[in-house]
Amino acid sequence: MRRIHKRSRVSVVVVAAVTAALAFMASGCGGGGGGGATSTTATTIGKGEGSLNVIEWPYYTDKSFAQPFEKQTGCTIHRKDAGTSNQMFALMHNNGGGGGGQYDLVSASGDASLRLIKAGDVQPIDINQIPSWKDFLPQFKSPPHNTVDGKHYGVSLQWGPNTLIYNTQKVNPAPTGWGATYSSKYKGKLTAPNNPIQIADAALYLMQTKPSLGIKDPYELTKAQLDAATQLLMSQKPLLKRYWNYAADEITSFKNGDVWMGAGWPYQTLALQGDKQSVKEIVPLPTTGWADTWMLAAKAPHPNCALKWMQYVTTPKVEAQQALVFGETPVNPLACPYMDKIQKGSCADYHLNQPASYYSKIKFWKTPIPQCGWNSSNDCMDYNAWVQAWTKITG
Amino acid sequence: MAVDAGALETGPPIRRARLRISGFLWRRPWLRALGLLALPLAAFAIVYLGTLAYLFISSFWTLSSFTATVEHTWTFANYRQIFDTSEPYLRIAGRTIGIAAAVTLTDAVLAFPLAYFMARLAGKRTRAFLFVMVLLPMWASYLVRIYAWQTILAHGGAINWGLNKLGLPEQNFAYTNTAMWIVFSYVWLPLMLLPVYAALERIPDSYLEASADLGASGSKTFRSVILPLALPGLVAGSIFTFALTLGDYITPLLIGGTSSQLLGNTIYTFMQEANTPFAAALATIPMAIVGFYLLLARRLGAFEAL
Repeated sequence: MRRIHKRSRVSVVVVAAVTAALAFMASGCGGGGGGGATSTTATTIGKGEGSLNVIEWPYYTDKSFAQPFEKQTGCTIHRKDAGTSNQMFALMHNNGGGGGGQYDLVSASGDASLRLIKAGDVQPIDINQIPSWKDFLPQFKSPPHNTVDGKHYGVSLQWGPNTLIYNTQKVNPAPTGWGATYSSKYKGKLTAPNNPIQIADAALYLMQTKPSLGIKDPYELTKAQLDAATQLLMSQKPLLKRYWNYAADEITSFKNGDVWMGAGWPYQTLALQGDKQSVKEIVPLPTTGWADTWMLAAKAPHPNCALKWMQYVTTPKVEAQQALVFGETPVNPLACPYMDKIQKGSCADYHLNQPASYYSKIKFWKTPIPQCGWNSSNDCMDYNAWVQAWTKITG
Repeated sequence: MAVDAGALETGPPIRRARLRISGFLWRRPWLRALGLLALPLAAFAIVYLGTLAYLFISSFWTLSSFTATVEHTWTFANYRQIFDTSEPYLRIAGRTIGIAAAVTLTDAVLAFPLAYFMARLAGKRTRAFLFVMVLLPMWASYLVRIYAWQTILAHGGAINWGLNKLGLPEQNFAYTNTAMWIVFSYVWLPLMLLPVYAALERIPDSYLEASADLGASGSKTFRSVILPLALPGLVAGSIFTFALTLGDYITPLLIGGTSSQLLGNTIYTFMQEANTPFAAALATIPMAIVGFYLLLARRLGAFEAL
C-alpha cells in the first residue's frame, strides 16, 4: 500500500531503477563495507564510508538534491525503489532482516514504520545528531509511527494531508467537509482513491457522525467498527463515478468532466490548477494524511553516511527542494522561504504556513495491526483484514 | 570418383570422428530426439511447469498478519475464503467470465464477415490493405490504446463531441462495464480475425461449387459447409479473446468503474500488498477455467486451425 501517485511515475522510475541497478552491479558492492559496527549513538558522526544504500520511494534521493550531498560527503548513493509499503517492508525484512546488511536506510511511510520497528529491522538513532530536528513541526518530532518508548527509529522528512478537491464551476456551494462525499447531491460525479487505507477516512467520518461506535483511532478498528466503515463505503459506492488508481487518473477525470469532486492530494490540485482547470481543494479537519520517515537499518553497513544523509535532507533548503520535486510538505517549517523562492506561494499551497492546531487535526497513516493501543487488547483488525474488506467494497 | 567403403578409416581424423558420431546417432533415433529436445524440454519443465507448480503450492500458504511475510504452513483457508459466498471473489469471477464471454461473442460476430470478405471476396490489393488496417493498431502499445479509449469515452471526449454535433443525447459509458466490453472487444479483435481468416481461406472453392450443384441454397451452404469448416478458426480465436480477457488487469483499472473488479486486477491488488498466497489461490481460478476451455476447444478441432 502506498499513496498512489508514486506508482503513477513508475514508467520513469523503472528506467531509473534499472539504471541504478546496473550501476550498482557495475560497482560491485559499493564502498566495500564500512568497517563493522560503528556506534550510532555517538554524539559526533564519524567519517563517511563512501557508500549509502537506500530503499526509497522513487525520487526520494532525487539527483537534484542528492548530488551536492554525494560531493560533500563522498557517500555515493545506491537506490532501490519500492512501489508499495509492503514491498518496502519485505525488502527490509527478508534476507536476514534489518536490510540483510545490504541496506542502510529506508524511507518508510507511517503504515510500514511500526512493523519495521517491531520486527527489529531498524535501530534507534540519537536524535540530537540531527540538528534540524528541533525546528520540526511538533507533530513530527516524536510521532507514534516512528518513536516507540521515547526511542527515535529515524527522522521524519515529508508529509501530506488528504484533501477534498472540487470543480468550482459545478460544485456550488463549495463543500465544507467530508460529508459532501457521502451525499447523493453529486451522485455519479464523485471519486475516491482505490486504496484500503481509505477505510480510515470512513472511520474518521464515523468518529464524528456515529459516536456510539466508540471509534477512538481510525487506524485501530475492532471487527464491528471495521464492518461499520465498510458499510459506509459500500453505501458511498453508487455515488462514485470511479475509484482512481493513479494520481494521473484523477487529474484526467477532473479534466474530462467525468468527476466533479473527490479525495486527493495537494499535488493533484496544483497540477489541475497549473493546467488552468477551475478546481480548488479544502482540507476538511480532521482529515487523514501520510508521513514518511528515514529509518536506519538494524544492520546498516554505512551508518555514518546514513546519519549524514538524515542531517542533510532535513535542512530547510533540501526539505524545500524535495517537497517541490515530489509534491509534498516538509516537516521543517523553516523550509517555507526556500519553497517560496523556488516556486512562489508554494509554502501556502502545501499548507506549511498553518498554526500548530491545524496539524494536530491530521491523523497520519499507520499500519493497522492486531494490537489496539486504545483498549490494550488484540481485538483490532490487521491490515490484511483491511485489504479483504476493501476488496469486498470494490469487488 | 567413387567413394569407397573405407572412407571412415582413410579421411582426416576430425572428419572420421564426425562421421562416427553421425553414424552412432543414426542408429539410435531416440538419442537424436533427446539431443534436440533436451534443452527446450528442460526449459519448459523448469520455467513453465515449475513456476506453475510453485504457484499452486504457494496457494496453500498464508500471509502472517504482523510481519507481512509468507508462512509455510498448509491450509485451505485461501480457497475457503474464495468460495465463501459472502465474500466478493465468486462474484468477481462470475463477472470476469461474463465479460470474457461477451467479448468473445462480439469479436466472433465482428470478425466473421470481415474475415469472409478478406478470404473469399476481396482482391489482392484490398486484402492487403485490410490486413494492414487490422494489424496496424497492434503495433502501437497496448497501454497507449487503452488510454486513447479513456479519452474517447470520457464525458468530454470524442464520442460525446460527435453526438453533440449531431444533436443526439450524450453517452455515459466512461468508467462502466460497458466501456470495458467495448475496449476489450476492440483490443482483441485482430486475434479473433486472423484464425477465422485462416480457416475460411482453406475452404476449397470446389466444396462450395459441389454444394451448389447438389441444389443447396446459399444459406444452406453457409450453414452446412462454411460454418462447420470455419468453426475451428472461431474456437481458436476465442481461446485468445477469452483467455486474455480473463487475465487482463490494466483495462479494469483504467477503463472500469466502481463495479469493474476482474480477476486479473484483484490478483494484482493482492500481489501489490505482498499477499502472494492469496493471489496464487485466486490465480488458479482462471487457470482452471482456461484448462477446461482448452479441453473443449480441442474437441471442437481448434488446434488444427492454429
